[in-house]
Amino acid sequence: IACLCEKGNKQNDLFSDIQNLQMSSKILVGKCSNLTLIVMVGLPARGKTYISRKLTRYLNWIGIPTKVFNVGEYRREAVKHYSAYDFFKSDNEDAVKIRQQCALAALRDVKNYLTEEEGQVAVFDATNTTRERRDMILEFGAENGFEIFFIESVCDDPNVIACNILEVKVSCPDYQDCNKTDAMDDFKKRIECYRMNYQPLDPDQYDKNLSFIKVIDVGRRFLVNRIQDHIQSRIVYYLMNIHVQPRSIYLCRHGESQQNMQGRLGGDSGLSTRGRKFAGALAEFVEEQNLKDLKVWTSQMRRSIQTAEALNVPYEQWKALNEIDAGLCEEMTYEDVRERFPEEFALRDQDKYYYRYPSGESYQDLVQRVEPVIMEMERQENVLVICHQAVMRCLLAYFLDKSADEMPYLKCPLHTVLKLTPVAYGCKVESISLNVDAVNTHRDRPEEVKRGPSILIRRNSVTPLTSPEPNKKPRMEGLDDPIIREVTPAQLTLCSASHTTLGCLICPALSSCFS
Amino acid sequence: MRGASRSKNTQDLDKRVCMTNCPTLIVTVGLPARGKTYISKKLTRYLNWIDVPTKEFNVGQYRRECVKIYKSFEFFQPDNEEGLKIRKQCALAALNDVRQFLTDEGGQVAVFDATNTTRERRETIIRFAEQNGFKVFFVESVCEDPDVIAENIVQVKLGSPDYIHCNTEEAVADFMKRIKCYENSYQPLDEELDRDLSFIKIIDVGRRYLVNRVQDHIQSRIVYYLMNIHITPRSIYLCRHGESDLNIKGRIGGDSGLSARGKEFAKALRQFIQSQNIRDLKVWTSQMKRTIQTAEALGVPYEQWKALNEIDAGVCEELMYEEIQQRYPQEFALRDQDKYRYRYPKGESYEDLVQRLEPVIMELERQENVLVICHQAVMRCLLAYFLDKTAEELPYLKCTLHTVLKLTPMAYGCKVESVCLNVDAVNTHRDRPSNVDVSRLPEEALLTVPDHH
Repeated sequence: IACLCEKGNKQNDLFSDIQNLQMSSKILVGKCSNLTLIVMVGLPARGKTYISRKLTRYLNWIGIPTKVFNVGEYRREAVKHYSAYDFFKSDNEDAVKIRQQCALAALRDVKNYLTEEEGQVAVFDATNTTRERRDMILEFGAENGFEIFFIESVCDDPNVIACNILEVKVSCPDYQDCNKTDAMDDFKKRIECYRMNYQPLDPDQYDKNLSFIKVIDVGRRFLVNRIQDHIQSRIVYYLMNIHVQPRSIYLCRHGESQQNMQGRLGGDSGLSTRGRKFAGALAEFVEEQNLKDLKVWTSQMRRSIQTAEALNVPYEQWKALNEIDAGLCEEMTYEDVRERFPEEFALRDQDKYYYRYPSGESYQDLVQRVEPVIMEMERQENVLVICHQAVMRCLLAYFLDKSADEMPYLKCPLHTVLKLTPVAYGCKVESISLNVDAVNTHRDRPEEVKRGPSILIRRNSVTPLTSPEPNKKPRMEGLDDPIIREVTPAQLTLCSASHTTLGCLICPALSSCFS
Repeated sequence: MRGASRSKNTQDLDKRVCMTNCPTLIVTVGLPARGKTYISKKLTRYLNWIDVPTKEFNVGQYRRECVKIYKSFEFFQPDNEEGLKIRKQCALAALNDVRQFLTDEGGQVAVFDATNTTRERRETIIRFAEQNGFKVFFVESVCEDPDVIAENIVQVKLGSPDYIHCNTEEAVADFMKRIKCYENSYQPLDEELDRDLSFIKIIDVGRRYLVNRVQDHIQSRIVYYLMNIHITPRSIYLCRHGESDLNIKGRIGGDSGLSARGKEFAKALRQFIQSQNIRDLKVWTSQMKRTIQTAEALGVPYEQWKALNEIDAGVCEELMYEEIQQRYPQEFALRDQDKYRYRYPKGESYEDLVQRLEPVIMELERQENVLVICHQAVMRCLLAYFLDKTAEELPYLKCTLHTVLKLTPMAYGCKVESVCLNVDAVNTHRDRPSNVDVSRLPEEALLTVPDHH
C-alpha cells in the first residue's frame, strides 16, 4: 500500500498514470487503506449472504475491488449431493472434516485474492459462530497483515427467518429435489445444529478489542465496536442505510424533449407534444401501481420537472440527477460534434466511460456525483426517479451490477419505465413501455474501435467495478487423499505457531474450529 | 451554510438531500463533563455547513441567565427545591425557544443540550416533540474514564462563568461534587426499556456505539458524523499551492505550474514542516499541477484528491478580472451580488464546492495531523467549516499565498495560528466592491482587483 504514496514522488508520466489506476481506487476513500477481511457471523438464514453480496456490490461500485467467498459454495462443490441436515451435526466426523477443508480452501483463496490478485476487501461468508473459528481467522489475518472486521447478524424474529428461508434457501441447489415443506423443515433442523455451539460476539468481555458491527433485528439496532479506519466507517454507514422492506424502484427518463426531437445533446429544453403525452401516461401508470407512499424525484432540468408536474404529486428536485454536462458539445447534434470536434468524437467512442466532454463531464464524474442519490435510494422504499439517459444508465448499472465498460451502452429508451424489485440476492427488472412514440437517442458501441489501454483514465479517479464471479470451481485438493498430509507453508499460515507439527489438521483444537 | 437561504429554483422543496419534512430535535443525554456540549456544537456546525439550518440550545446558559451568580454545587442537589424549580423553568424556556426556531424561524434541527439524565425528563421532551410534530433523536455520551473526565473539566469547565471567582482546585472539587448530584438519579438509555426510541449511545469517546432505530436520512447522517469525530489532540495545516504562473499574470483558474517564487515557497514549506516535528503527518493535495509540485518539494508521501481541485470558473477560466468585466460585465456584477451562490457559466459556485468537499471534511475529522495543500476558494470553504463562518463571510475569507494556517481544536472551537513563510507573492484577494449594480461602470467593478503583471 505504501507504493501509492511513493508514486506521488515520481514524475507523472503516462506509465505511472496507468499504474496509478490500479491504486487509484483507494483514493476515493481517502487513505491508503489496508487489505481488509470482512468476516460474517451468524446462524443460518440471518441474511449474511444478502449482506455480503450487497456490500460487495457497493464497495466495487465505489471502486474498491471486493469479492465474496461463500463457504457454502465450496461445500457444494466438494459434496456434490446434499442429503440432509445430518451433514451439519457436530458429531458427524466425516462431515466436520469436509467442512473444515472447505473453510481452509476458501481462506486460501481469500489470501490469494488479497495478495496476488489486487483485491482490497474479501468477504468471508460463513457462519463463523464459534470463538475458536473466529480466533483462527484472527490469527490468519494477523499473519497476513489483513485488517479484520466482523459483521454479525442477530435475529430471533421467527417471521423474518421463515421469510428468508422461503426466499433463498428453499430454492437453493441443496433442496432442488425437495418440496417446500420438507426443505423448510430440514433447514430449520440445520439451524439447530449450529445454535447449540453459537457464541455471539461479546462486546463487554471476550470480543471487546475486536472491530465489528452487530446488526440486530434486521437493522433495528446496531452495536458498533472499535472502527479502525475509513473503509470500516464507510461499511458501517452503508449497512445502516440498507433495509429489507419489500419495495420497488421505478426509473425512467423525462418525456421526449424538443432537443431530443432535433437530435441535439443536453441543453435544458421543455417537453415536446409527445413528451407531454408521456407525462400523462406516466401519471396513469403511477396510479395503477397503487403504491403506498411513493417518493418522486426529478433533476433540476426543465424536462424532468415538467414530466413530474403532470403526476400531480409532491416531488423533490436533486441537482445530482442533472444530465451529464456535454460541455462545449452542449446542444449540438452528433453530426455537428463529428464535424467540429472529430478527435473528441473518436476518443469518446474509444472509451465512453472515461471520456470527459471538453469543459464537461464524463460517466465517471457522474458516478461520483450520483453516490448520495444511491445511498438515499437504499434508505427509501418506493421511489420513482425521473431523470436522464446517462444518469439513468448510471443508476441502473449500480442496481444491476454492471461494469464501467457496459454502463454507457445500457439501453434506456424514452417513454419506458424500468421497475426494479429487489429479490433474493439481486434485482428483478421489468421494462414497461408506456406506448407513446419517441425518437431513439441510443447510440450503440461502434464496431470498429481500437480497444487499447485507456489513455483517458484520470489519475486518482474511481472506476466502478462489477462484483466478481464467485469461485465456481474452488480447488479442493483431493478430498480422497488422507486428511493427514504434508503441512505445506501455505497451510501453516492458517495454524497458530503452536500447531506446526504434522497432523495439525486433525488436532483437537483445530477440528473443533469447524463445527 | 448559515445565512444561505434557499436559491431560486428550489421552490419549497429541499434540493440536495431528501430531508424529512419534519424538523428534528436532537436531545443530548449524559452526566456533566461527558462531552455533550462539545458534540452539540460540532454537530451544529457540521449541519449548518451542509445547509441544514441548525441551532443549539444549552440549558446551562439559560440557567446562568436566570441565576446571575453561581454559588456552589449545592444548587444541583436533588433535594434543593428552589434549585429544581429554577432548573425546570430553564429547561421549559429553552424548549419554548426550540419550538420557535423549528416552527417559526425555518429551523430544521434543534440540539437540546442538557443532562437529560432521568427518564422522566426525557418523557417530557418526547411529549413536547409529539405535540409539535418534531422527530426526536437522542445522543447519549457515556464515559467512565477518569482521565478523559478530568481533561474535560480542565479544558472547558474551569473557564466557565460559573467558576470565574474560583481557583483551579476549588473549581475542580466543586465540579466533581456537581457530577455526584446527578449520578444517583442517572438512568442511562436502555436497550430494552428504550427500545422504541431513536438514539445513539457513544461509549468511551467513540470506542463503541449503540445505534437504535435510525428513522431517516438526517439521523443516519448524524450517526455517520458522530462515528467519525474524535478528540485526540492534533493539528490541521491549511495552505495554498505556491504562487503559480497564472497567479502572476492575474488570471484565474487554469492548471499552470509554480513560478520561481512558488518553488521557493515549496522549499520553505518543507523546512517549516520539518521544524514543526509533527507525528505521522498526512499530506493531501488536489489533482492540479501547482499543488502537486508544491507537495513534491516536501519529499514525503502525499495523496491527491480530485475533490480538492480549485473552483471551476467555467467560461471565465484563465481570464483576468479585467477581461471578465469586458466580456461578461453582467455576470461579474451578479457574482459580486451573491458570491456564495453565484455559479460561473459552465462552472461551479462556492455552494457546489461545499458539497464537493464534504467527504474531505469527513475524512479530516477521522484523521489526526494533516497538511492540506489546496487552492483559494477551496481553502476558504474548509476554513469556514472549522471556524464556523457564514455563507456571506466564506467567499471573502483571507487566504493568502505563501501563508500556512495551523488549526488546533481547542475546547469548543478551533485555535488558528497564521504562519507567513516570508516568500513574496502576488495578492489574489479581491474584496467586494461597493457598487455591485449591473449598471455600474467598469472602473467601479475593477476597483478592488489586486495588482498583477
